[in-house]
Amino acid sequence: MRLKIALPLSVAALALSACNKAEAPKTTSAVPAEKVAPAKKVDAPFASTYKAYPGVSTVVRNVTIFDGEGGQINNGTVYFKDGKISAVSGPATDAELPADANIVDGTGKFVTPGIIDIHSHLGDYPSPSVEAHSDGNEATSPTTPEVWAEHSVWPQDPGFSRALANGGITSLQVLPGSANLMGGRSVVLKNVYARSVQGMKFPGAPYGMKMACGENPKRVYGQKGRMPSTRMGNLAVNRATWIRAQEYKKKRDSGKEFTRDIGMETLAGVLDGDIKIQNHCYRADEMALVLDMAKEFGYKVSTFHHAVESYKIADMLKEAGVCSAVWADWWGFKMEAYDAIPENAALIHNAGACTIIHSDDENQIQRLNQEAAKAQASGRRMGINIPDADVISWLTYNPAKALGIDAMTGSLKAGKMADIVLWNGNPLSVYSRPDKVWVDGALLFDSSDPKRRPVSDFELGQPGEGDVK
Amino acid sequence: MKRFLLATAAMFTFAAPSHAETVAIINAKVVIGDGSAPIEKGMVIFDQGKIKFVGEDLALAAGMRIIDAKGKYVTPGIFAGFSRIGLAEVDAVKGTNDKGGGKSGFSAALDVAPAIDPFRSAIAVNRTAGVTRAVVAPEADSKIFGGQGAIADLGADSSPVTKARAFQFVEFGEGGAGLVGGSRSALHTAFRAYLREAQAHTSGNDAFDDDLLKMEDAKALQSVLRGDTRLLIHVEGTNDILRLLDLKRDYPAIKMVFVGASEGWRAAHEIAGAGVPVIASALNDLPASFEQLAATQSNIGRMKAAGVKVAIGMIDDRDAHQLRYTAQYAGNLVSLGKLPGAKGLSWDEAFAAITSGPADIMGVGDRLGSLKAGKAADVVIWDGDPLELSSAPEAVFIDGIAQPLGNRQRRLRDRYRTPQEGTLPKAYDR
Repeated sequence: MRLKIALPLSVAALALSACNKAEAPKTTSAVPAEKVAPAKKVDAPFASTYKAYPGVSTVVRNVTIFDGEGGQINNGTVYFKDGKISAVSGPATDAELPADANIVDGTGKFVTPGIIDIHSHLGDYPSPSVEAHSDGNEATSPTTPEVWAEHSVWPQDPGFSRALANGGITSLQVLPGSANLMGGRSVVLKNVYARSVQGMKFPGAPYGMKMACGENPKRVYGQKGRMPSTRMGNLAVNRATWIRAQEYKKKRDSGKEFTRDIGMETLAGVLDGDIKIQNHCYRADEMALVLDMAKEFGYKVSTFHHAVESYKIADMLKEAGVCSAVWADWWGFKMEAYDAIPENAALIHNAGACTIIHSDDENQIQRLNQEAAKAQASGRRMGINIPDADVISWLTYNPAKALGIDAMTGSLKAGKMADIVLWNGNPLSVYSRPDKVWVDGALLFDSSDPKRRPVSDFELGQPGEGDVK
Repeated sequence: MKRFLLATAAMFTFAAPSHAETVAIINAKVVIGDGSAPIEKGMVIFDQGKIKFVGEDLALAAGMRIIDAKGKYVTPGIFAGFSRIGLAEVDAVKGTNDKGGGKSGFSAALDVAPAIDPFRSAIAVNRTAGVTRAVVAPEADSKIFGGQGAIADLGADSSPVTKARAFQFVEFGEGGAGLVGGSRSALHTAFRAYLREAQAHTSGNDAFDDDLLKMEDAKALQSVLRGDTRLLIHVEGTNDILRLLDLKRDYPAIKMVFVGASEGWRAAHEIAGAGVPVIASALNDLPASFEQLAATQSNIGRMKAAGVKVAIGMIDDRDAHQLRYTAQYAGNLVSLGKLPGAKGLSWDEAFAAITSGPADIMGVGDRLGSLKAGKAADVVIWDGDPLELSSAPEAVFIDGIAQPLGNRQRRLRDRYRTPQEGTLPKAYDR
């Protein structure tokens, strides 16, 4: 287990990494500024160069389909070609099958949309977990909206391959860690190895910005003898920063020349509604405060991450239209995780609020389906019966919505990306594993073909290379 | 009101479980836990805390409490092969974390037995999930020897220790090298030096170097040297495993048990040949460190196939709180059977790896870990396949005593079943 910032060990590492820091910069951005003319539009830097790999048009038939939006089709048929889903339907006769398609018999098997993990640090805290790879927290200032998680992603992290082969993960959001109140931009990736992070970036996905409540920021900076050292300090620093962001946005929109500030650009992007807030927050009372802070400054929280106490305020979260991305049952490792309960996801769902199962972990990203199944079962034991097809939406359509990519992926609807997992049994059973995984219609994992199993550069020539993992 | 009374009893009265009664669980799918196939229509009788009979359903003598399992699974309680349960309430809250020896200066002498707190909420939470016994190990946080671990039960009573000082724990590989100051050569030198000093102390040698080892630590290690106390060694990498097997030739009396062993499959024949049992992490499949490059979920299956005695443990994996993952991990090894090229366990083997397996490896298999006459009546009735994600216990007995299945998490669940306040604040709702 590697908890990002949750345990004293990580704290020590953080403290070390900050030993030789200079005085904190007065602005949020320590990078050189550039004057821009008001009318000049800044092209999106580090643009995605991801290209779908070639696939063959394919029909999976005689299969149970969970479509990601709560629909279930028994003995169904999924047809995809040119990287897109063409049709999802009930049984098809031989005559109805397209002549040019590869036919996969799904008897006894299940199809879901590709699984999406909204909370990952793959690439930023990769395996092997060595100090030289520890690139997830710019823990030198409590607000670092100027950093971008994608600049830390190591595209050779072996974790991507495990997430694909064992977890059926086709898209994931890589976030900065939670040492800082404002940790920086996140990035949404396709789970497809590439030589550069740009080659993995999900085309057209909005950016997110990581924020963090609670213990981590106040501990990390309190130990350095600087603000924030308390939860009230957390809120004060956040509010002061949002005020500056509002001023920056006003200046930017005024039509006069202004000096670019990379961090403020991100915050202004949040205020514009273009960048989604992904807020690490455990306790119910703190989430309630954040909702008010968002109102005060006119931004929206997309999702509370970890949110172990969402069950206490599920009605408020529904009202605010904010998702909760939660574990099934993590608990007890730190004080703010003390009131976590295994019924959290079911209670959130039962209140009509948006529910997502996330990992924050290079191991559990390999079995989000199992975590969802445990959460479903805990609900059932308290009388909340949530159908399998709805539970699958916790791993597919709901995270896609929270990331702003639901028009492109997250459910099996004609025209969407053919991001598809064929499971060798019901994905909510411990006995099931991905059989095949397609990303944009390209077969990138096949359990019966060792050549369709990615091996990162790091693992090449090492013991265990290409092994079934 | 009834719920209130029951819950209160469960939460606050640790003497609540009734004395060990005579119970017959009939019409059950009985899993003995030794790797054999379930008895489809079986029964289990226990009395005075011990299993009396397990077998086909029979006509019954009078005077027993009869429980009709209605065809459900009845199994031994889960035996967590490696844990730190009872040693922490909240890991990151120092005052509640008793896993390591800290700056005490002691190492091998440290004894977790008095630190295992049966009132830690993780005990009740994991009992609710069907975990009835656990290997409880110290953490080696200042010296390579972490101290003496215990076997504990998860019963709702005030005496959690089944067997104190049941083993010694030592950290090897990268972790051990770090603790001795940074290299494996230093680690091997230190390991041999500690053992030599312990030996020197045995023989009353005046040359005993108490800079190296405290007197109490030396005494604890003597028991390891004699083979009276097992030595649980955390080791992950292939070379470290092989070099430990070399060491074993120099110290033939030491009863080694490997823990973790992510690359164990690469040395499976050597481990089997040396007769060293392994309490392995089930699902490690990432090169989390350079000593785990070849980690794979097929590790346990491959070691088992090579003849290694192997069980499932959870070292450094939420080991104070989430022993309830044990059954899930075992289920995952069963799932490998459907995966081409992978090597898992059969259902029966997987269940043995979380019951009789760890009990046997720890030397307590004669009284714990399976449903056989004469053994402790740690019995669980499940609402489904115990390895399946959707299943949970309906009843748990430890030493024949029916256990309460409430816990703090369930109280929170019930309080917030409806999140809105009623006529009074939530603080009044209990």
